[in-house]
Amino acid sequence: MAEYKPIKKVVSGNYAAAYAAKDARVQVVAAYPITPQTSIIEKIAEFIADGEANIQYVPVESEHSAMAACIGASAAGARAFTATSAQGLALMHEMLHWASGARLPIVMVDVNRAMAPPWSVWDDQTDSLAQRDTGWMQFYAENNQEVYDGVLMAFKVAETVNVPAMVIESAFILSHTYDVVEMIPQELVDEFLPPREPLYDLANFEKPFSVGALATPADYYEFRYKLAKAHEEAKKVIREVGREFGERFGRDYSRMIETYRTDDADFVFLGMGSLMGTVKQAVDLLREEGYRVGAAKVLWFRPFPGEELYELAKGVEGIAVLDRNFSFGQEGILFNEAKGVLYNTKARPLMKNYIVGLGGRDFTVSDVRKIAENMKAIIEKGELDVEVDWYHLKR
Amino acid sequence: MNTLFGEKKAEAKKLVFTSVDQYPEAPVSLDTTLSNFTGDWRTFIPVINEEKCVKCYICWKFCPEPAIYIKPDGYVAVDYDYCKGCGICANECPAKAITMEKEEK
Ligand code: SF4
Ligand code: SF4
Repeated sequence: MAEYKPIKKVVSGNYAAAYAAKDARVQVVAAYPITPQTSIIEKIAEFIADGEANIQYVPVESEHSAMAACIGASAAGARAFTATSAQGLALMHEMLHWASGARLPIVMVDVNRAMAPPWSVWDDQTDSLAQRDTGWMQFYAENNQEVYDGVLMAFKVAETVNVPAMVIESAFILSHTYDVVEMIPQELVDEFLPPREPLYDLANFEKPFSVGALATPADYYEFRYKLAKAHEEAKKVIREVGREFGERFGRDYSRMIETYRTDDADFVFLGMGSLMGTVKQAVDLLREEGYRVGAAKVLWFRPFPGEELYELAKGVEGIAVLDRNFSFGQEGILFNEAKGVLYNTKARPLMKNYIVGLGGRDFTVSDVRKIAENMKAIIEKGELDVEVDWYHLKR
Repeated sequence: MNTLFGEKKAEAKKLVFTSVDQYPEAPVSLDTTLSNFTGDWRTFIPVINEEKCVKCYICWKFCPEPAIYIKPDGYVAVDYDYCKGCGICANECPAKAITMEKEEK
């Protein structure tokens, strides 16, 4: 095994995604440009034009077609990739079910962007979380490095369990912000991620078959169970692949929830994506001020790491769930999921939902401090003031 | 019994899975679509009255599945593994030789 010397580049989150797709040796990219995803596929087009990557690029007239083309390519055995945002992801929705139902390990980067109207191009997780039940795995990146690493791991996990995966990054906060990313030399990526071995060989003309054909009520149910089992299996694979990634490249992803200073914490902040960088910085400051707090970042939202959440919940008195998303008629989506997981366990800390950062609203260290003060007060009192706190609201 | 697809159907029957482990990982059709036994979609079942049948074969032509076959004696019969009970045959039969009856399951 060759020695690992990272190639350091200063890139945007979008370029990190494009480099990762190239290094993963994707064979087919079908995509439609949409802000703020555009520079991902522009960069890939540039790689192709410069002869740096041998990729079939399929320019399509919509995101629905982009996913359809990826499905065709993946069914034929290719490693397929695409990227999108917000309304574009929504337009793909129907095709997302086809990809997971046919068990095609496509990887897509979704650049989190608020759903319109009102028209917005800024950060918000509701677009990707609205695809929660499509059978895709979801990895939420905190920074540009995790975008790069996430795409490589997503391909490996997806191709092991034959389930497609989304790697999700924040609009502008990551997509257009430059940072140092340690990239992995091609030969080491090739060792980590060998060529795909498809479940079925659609290009074998001796033995033709069709994909996604009719299943009557006598059979459909079993296929759903198989996909459900594949997600369960994926949890094991994710942890193994994350551990292997850590051993080879020094960044450990063996846990689906990354914990930061949670060991002796009275309460923790639970959230996903780029806002957790802010939270970790705030945790350091709050620790200096005497708050015993920690941060827990959900890296993989699907499959949901219920076991790890339970471990975390056992040791704390409170969990402040930060949701940059909302399920109308109910509450923040991560909050809803986290409460649901803990209901049948013995770990039932006080949990409060803070709706933060919707549509790109700034979320800062001082916001985390205010939330910490509020959490401290409700834990002392032993009861919630409100369950769902529209924290930034102009009152 | 003489049926529409005879031996081929017997092969297809082997592709009917009785436990979840027998299923392929991805929903691909293996070898033949004959194993899509559309017969269990049915609520009403066509019953053929040979006394009225004039062997015009309009039902045979119109059946969308196709589940109607012609027996050696020239009369038509229904392969109930594939008949989905749509009633088109009964509707089209000029001799009113086909009646749709509620199927007891
Ligand atoms: S009921 Fe429909 S499917 Fe059944 S035999 Fe008649 S036409 Fe064919
Ligand atoms: S349409 Fe009626 S009469 Fe004609 S073959 Fe069929 S059952 Fe007989």
